[in-house]
Amino acid sequence: MNFKLKDIGPQLITVLAVVLVFGFFTYNAQVNMENRGIDFGYGFLSQESSFDVQFSLIEYDGSHSYFRAYLVGLLNTILVSVIGIVLATILGVIVGIARLSPNYLINKFAAFYVEFFRNIPLLLQIFFWYFAALRALPLPQDAEPMLGISYLTIKGLYVPAFIWQNFNIFFYSVVAAIIAIIVIRTYAKKVQENQGKQAPVLLISIGLILILPLLSFLIGGVKLSFEIPVLKQLATTSFIYEGGVSLPPELIALALSLSLYTATFIAECVRAGIQGVGKGQKEAAASIGLNPNQVLKLVVMPQALRIIIPPTTNQYLNLTKNSSLAAAIAYPDLVLVFAGTALMQTGKAIEIVSITMFTYLTLSISISILMNWYNKKIAIQEK
Amino acid sequence: MFKYLKQLTSLVAMVAVLFTFTTETMAAKKSKTLKNTQKKGFVRCGVSQGLPGFSNADAAGNWTGIDVDVCRAVAAAVLGDANKVKFTPLSAKERFTALTSGEIDILSRNTTWTLSRDADIGLTFVGVNFYDGQGFMVRKSSGITSTSQFKDGISACTNIGTTTELNMRDFFNSKGISYEPVAFEKADEVVAAYDAGRCDTYTTDKSGLAAQRTKMTNPDDHIVLPETVSKEPLGPVVRQGDSVWEDIVRWSLNTMIEAEEYGITSANADSMKTSDNPQIKRLVGAEGEMGAAFGLDNEWNLRIIKQVGNYGESYKRNIADTGILPDRGPNELWTKGGILYVPPSR
Repeated sequence: MNFKLKDIGPQLITVLAVVLVFGFFTYNAQVNMENRGIDFGYGFLSQESSFDVQFSLIEYDGSHSYFRAYLVGLLNTILVSVIGIVLATILGVIVGIARLSPNYLINKFAAFYVEFFRNIPLLLQIFFWYFAALRALPLPQDAEPMLGISYLTIKGLYVPAFIWQNFNIFFYSVVAAIIAIIVIRTYAKKVQENQGKQAPVLLISIGLILILPLLSFLIGGVKLSFEIPVLKQLATTSFIYEGGVSLPPELIALALSLSLYTATFIAECVRAGIQGVGKGQKEAAASIGLNPNQVLKLVVMPQALRIIIPPTTNQYLNLTKNSSLAAAIAYPDLVLVFAGTALMQTGKAIEIVSITMFTYLTLSISISILMNWYNKKIAIQEK
Repeated sequence: MFKYLKQLTSLVAMVAVLFTFTTETMAAKKSKTLKNTQKKGFVRCGVSQGLPGFSNADAAGNWTGIDVDVCRAVAAAVLGDANKVKFTPLSAKERFTALTSGEIDILSRNTTWTLSRDADIGLTFVGVNFYDGQGFMVRKSSGITSTSQFKDGISACTNIGTTTELNMRDFFNSKGISYEPVAFEKADEVVAAYDAGRCDTYTTDKSGLAAQRTKMTNPDDHIVLPETVSKEPLGPVVRQGDSVWEDIVRWSLNTMIEAEEYGITSANADSMKTSDNPQIKRLVGAEGEMGAAFGLDNEWNLRIIKQVGNYGESYKRNIADTGILPDRGPNELWTKGGILYVPPSR
């Protein structure tokens, strides 16, 4: 009995303390809000927001509700995070491998990149890419066309829009190609395991992913045309491009700085992972006749990934949370739209900040769960 | 056993601390703000992060501006010294939270008085120290001379967290023009982006435009369009629930405006004590008991006029002489064709 109390006692006290502190803050907030005549409630979410947002993935204007404005901000946060994560991963893996290159120039260049970008505060980098680089970009009327169809200007990047006919047939053809590739790969692996014969899987895969969609154009009735941006004059010295798709410079600057910054950390994770694989593993692989490519792909990488994934997950989480610095350069993310404008217009500080915190928590936990699942999948499977 | 004792003590201490906080929140409801201010020895005032003419700090950290003068007037009234003010620079987004959470006691930060702000979020507006309206700034080279020349696709830079965002939508919607809003958190970044050519127009209160124009690389390249698209009465704000403090701030501002009306300036205030006009005598503390209701002495208003000056002096010093808006426009006294009109001190 005494033993049990000794075990549970401190824990009970801790729980009690947590509940007390939490209760006190809630009570205190309630009393103060009441004293100052502030109402508490989430009813404002269905009210008309009456402010516009620069850039939105879903249809939105000021006549929609605050909840819709919240979705706009959330989707913009997810968009820049996904772009950032993809770019940072590609760049990070390349730089990480480059840092291990025996080539002096490549090696030192990668090292310089990592040390330079990870040691400058992210907010400064965002300001640099937005304000310094933005000023260097041409005005719309002075922009030189890239490939004759795209324009990078101070007001954003204008690219042609795709206009599809029978898009669903094209889509199915791509899906069919992917399924076919998976089937062939599995089959080829089986053949190799049973008979030791290797099939040119890569060539077949490339062929499939090109030929099937091509067929959809030839016989499926799919048509693709482009809408090329056209210069339009607003006033004597004020121009924009109309038509096509425009990416705001805020999105470009934010995605660029987030991925350049986070890629340095991912590069270090990759380097650590590869160096963490025993030298004997590589030598053993080489001694049974695998070429350097196969050594990396079949022996080193599967083991290195186990070291790389957990710290890289942290970097993905950091990138997602860092995207909230968007407010500084007017990219309409969750913090700017919802915890910024919406908070100001409604004055519902506690409600909005709590929703925003909960949203970031959910986003981060989702990324964690996904990465943990992948980590488990590639972990050593004891048989 | 000793181990538990330690934990228990810390717990008891914690609960005790929490309890004192709670009881303090519950007690002291009657002009807590005035009492706290006199105890601290300075007025806690929220201002902008730098808007010339309204609230702007120089290199040495000295704040000037007509919004700053409201806080100085309150300090002169309740503490006897116009310099006993602690200024907290706030972004548009932070300002109301800072006030309602008790971090500052007066918000004097070019803040528009609107119904929803006054009614909803625990704030009380005490008056108007500047009548403003939203306008647009464009580059001279664009050839635009009126908002009627705006076309679909125009991009407009502005701040978040202001009435500007809402007015902008109302304006462009009523004209049926599609536009691209580019909203930044800080005014400096709005200026930088507009200056770089990111936006075709920069929209905020006209006084703000006039002030920010001075920060452009080349101020002469920009003009403020003549149209005014909204009413923006700017004024000081206090927390709801302390009516004595609210009255002190309101009448400090009213005193400045009324002093101008009766020709009382920082220079002649003392000699006005012997004036024949009882209204003037009341304004310099020589007649009646004008401070008692606030719990202040009788010369609180005299100190405001002597140390800060009347509204006209403040306007001239901060806005006219700095070249921001030499013409007082609606911010002239009602007796001189403006709309400044305050209730009488009596």
